[in-house]
Amino acid sequence: MNVPTLIRHRLAPFAALAMIILLLPFFFPSAYYYRVAALVLIFALAALGLNLLMGFAGQVSLGHAGFFGIGGYATAIGPTYLGLPSWLSIIAGAAVSSLIAFLVGRPILRLKGHYLAVSTLGFGLLVAIVLNNEARWTGGPDGMSVPRLALFDWSIRGSDTWYWIAGGTFLLGAILARNLVDSPTGRALRAIHDSEVAARVLGVDVARKKLTIFIISAIYASVAGSYLALFNGHITPDIAGFLRSIELATMVVLGGMGSIIGSLVGAAVLVVLPQTLTALHDYEHMVLGLILMGFMIFLRQGIVPGLIRAFARMRT
Amino acid sequence: MTILALEQLSIAFGGVRAVDGINLTVEPGVVFSIIGPNGAGKTTLFNLISGLYTPQAGRVRFAGEDVTGFAPDQLARRGLSRTFQNLQIFYHMTVVENVMVGRHRHETTGILSELLHLPSVARQNRSTRLAAQAALARVGLAAEAERSAGALSYGALKRLEIARALASEPKILLLDEPAAGCNAVETQELVGVIRAIVQGGITVILVEHDMRLVMNISDRIHVLAHGRTLAEGTAAEIRSNPAVIEAYLGIHGSQEAAHAIG
Amino acid sequence: MAEFLQFFFSGLTVGAVYALVALGFTLIYNASDVINFAQGEFVMLGGMTTVFLGLAGVPVPLAAVIAIIVTIAIGLALHRFAIEPARGASAVALIMITIGASIFLRGAAQVVFDKRFHSLPHWFGADPIRVGGAAILPQSLVVLAGAAIIVVLLWVFIDRTLLGKAVIATAANRLAARLVGINTRKIVGLSFAVSAAIGAIAGIFVTPITLTSSEVGTMLALKGFAAAMLGGIGSALGAVVGGLVLGMLEAFSAGYLSSQYKDAIAFLVILAVLFAMPQGLLGKGKVERV
Repeated sequence: MNVPTLIRHRLAPFAALAMIILLLPFFFPSAYYYRVAALVLIFALAALGLNLLMGFAGQVSLGHAGFFGIGGYATAIGPTYLGLPSWLSIIAGAAVSSLIAFLVGRPILRLKGHYLAVSTLGFGLLVAIVLNNEARWTGGPDGMSVPRLALFDWSIRGSDTWYWIAGGTFLLGAILARNLVDSPTGRALRAIHDSEVAARVLGVDVARKKLTIFIISAIYASVAGSYLALFNGHITPDIAGFLRSIELATMVVLGGMGSIIGSLVGAAVLVVLPQTLTALHDYEHMVLGLILMGFMIFLRQGIVPGLIRAFARMRT
Repeated sequence: MTILALEQLSIAFGGVRAVDGINLTVEPGVVFSIIGPNGAGKTTLFNLISGLYTPQAGRVRFAGEDVTGFAPDQLARRGLSRTFQNLQIFYHMTVVENVMVGRHRHETTGILSELLHLPSVARQNRSTRLAAQAALARVGLAAEAERSAGALSYGALKRLEIARALASEPKILLLDEPAAGCNAVETQELVGVIRAIVQGGITVILVEHDMRLVMNISDRIHVLAHGRTLAEGTAAEIRSNPAVIEAYLGIHGSQEAAHAIG
Repeated sequence: MAEFLQFFFSGLTVGAVYALVALGFTLIYNASDVINFAQGEFVMLGGMTTVFLGLAGVPVPLAAVIAIIVTIAIGLALHRFAIEPARGASAVALIMITIGASIFLRGAAQVVFDKRFHSLPHWFGADPIRVGGAAILPQSLVVLAGAAIIVVLLWVFIDRTLLGKAVIATAANRLAARLVGINTRKIVGLSFAVSAAIGAIAGIFVTPITLTSSEVGTMLALKGFAAAMLGGIGSALGAVVGGLVLGMLEAFSAGYLSSQYKDAIAFLVILAVLFAMPQGLLGKGKVERV
């Protein structure tokens, strides 16, 4: 293959992303930057899952932090009470999230518009309430500590290691997402976004497709939640709370609904911003609210699609 | 064997009998038109046939099989396809991608192979794209394949919907007012498109207001009024049926019909 | 029996607050199809503003009036700067805008006020009245009476005044209302103002009993929405009924089952209503034409 063909290859953007992830640490003055970048990548993974649901399939989930929390608490409860190794707990968490997504999704996804929005919100809050109340398993409002991920006797706690783990997982998640979009199911989901009735008369099993993407997005959130818990070494019910769900949704909106790279951009903005504005820590909620409002009113398609459109217009 | 049979089909909305005891049969390979004034129940009938509404009474038989109450995707898998009066285009996709969705019922890849983009998926994508491009060619939109669907003109979008419905290789194609909003030239092109579709072995059922098109192209016409059958017959029979002329064609309509046939 | 009565009264009291929040939701939803998630913040603002003005030396009654005015102003600002510019957006986009607004207001309250719990003095003393073995706070009666008066006033306004008719018209068909000369933008703004006032009043009345903090808005919004859904979204009477029923359900399940999961009741109600009877107890089913 010659160079132009390689550049136009389906996976070229991800090769570029991989390059960026590999080279970025050369610009990190300290370990702190590894930490921030790792957090960005972890949240980007969760946002990517939500983006598949909201941006491509056109559904909405304002309770997605529920799955984030399930994945996180799986890595806390698994090793502490069930004797499961951490890596297995990540998988167990994803399995539990899938099951719950399946059970909850079937009835909920029949709803549309604000009914769907509020019922997903209610679901997320229910998860947070359970995590808050079942102190015997979850440590209640104060949370519990999360044993560090251990692989072959090597306890993983360094920010740099987590940067590579999160980076690799996000890259993998992004490639899988791209694959899905370029497939019959991806086209069916995008069709559902634009016209459910037309998709239906073309033979698309709309309910089943929606459920499938709901489960996939739950898995993304669950794995990300597991990573966050293992990275921090501690977890509280806030991880599944209302604000966390809205943060995730804002990342998707900000970065661009339907844009894989947008998930990374949205996560980057919402993770880095509070870090740079530590003086303005008290204003965190106000800023989050303003960002969400601002983008939903004025720039609904988000940063990345907005930029692409601006470039396209500049070229013509 | 008749390809579509409706027996005593009925549905009411809050007391209004939108479709009231309709009986009709459609032979394969014909152009069967359903006409009637606004509110006669034509689109409701279409929605009943294509599974978007569930009838409150009566039966629908598709190629001999009782499909009453079947969901739209189940009917699609049996070979029923339709277009919409108020275009249901996938505006965020390109023209060819719209038609590729029409191939859905012929696509066989599973979610896991799709996530991993196995060679089977790449092959499926290629064959789907080829079939979609062929369908676009049949309606004269091959050149627009990579354009965003939102950029097309109204008449082109109507043809896009037809291409999309054709891509699913249906046995019956329901066209819901395909000539609505089209000018005389576009309507004439439509005649050619529909004739070619029928020649390809597909049965076309048409709901239409444009009498010139209807009289020109129909093998059989079924006239609805207030949800009930008023008359059925060939174009010539309907054109000269006094009740139909009086109630629905009016003075202008019957003159148009005379022009079309005579 | 005493226990039952106790739960009944506490359920009625908190139900009255939910009813008022739900009423605010319904008013705005009817006029503009917007689910205003910031409704809960109106309640919070009413209570918190009164508290802090009081702490600054303003006599409580005056502080309450000022608080209501401030909340109305915020409601109007919300409409003018967040809702109006987004007119035509999808239902989900609008709800996310109001969620953003509620988070913004919550954050602002945390900065301007603080994050602690606060109270207001009981209007008629804190000595409970004994009824059949149960203890009712006089403030509960204030809340119930206040809610009843508001509902009646609202009914009179909607049913008996021209402006009220205009609201109904806007709710029924916005385009038609504009065609007959109704300034629908002002009507929607009015609905926000009235909802803000109702919320603020509810907050002021109930703070002596439940305390207030900058955080109470979110839960109230959700529960108010659950109540509105239960009663039938779009029905004012349904909002009141839904609120009272939800309050009762909460109180009785907290009393007889588990108080830990009291908050979960509202969400279970939302889900149950959406699946079993989407039109709610008193709502009218809609006929959809394709």
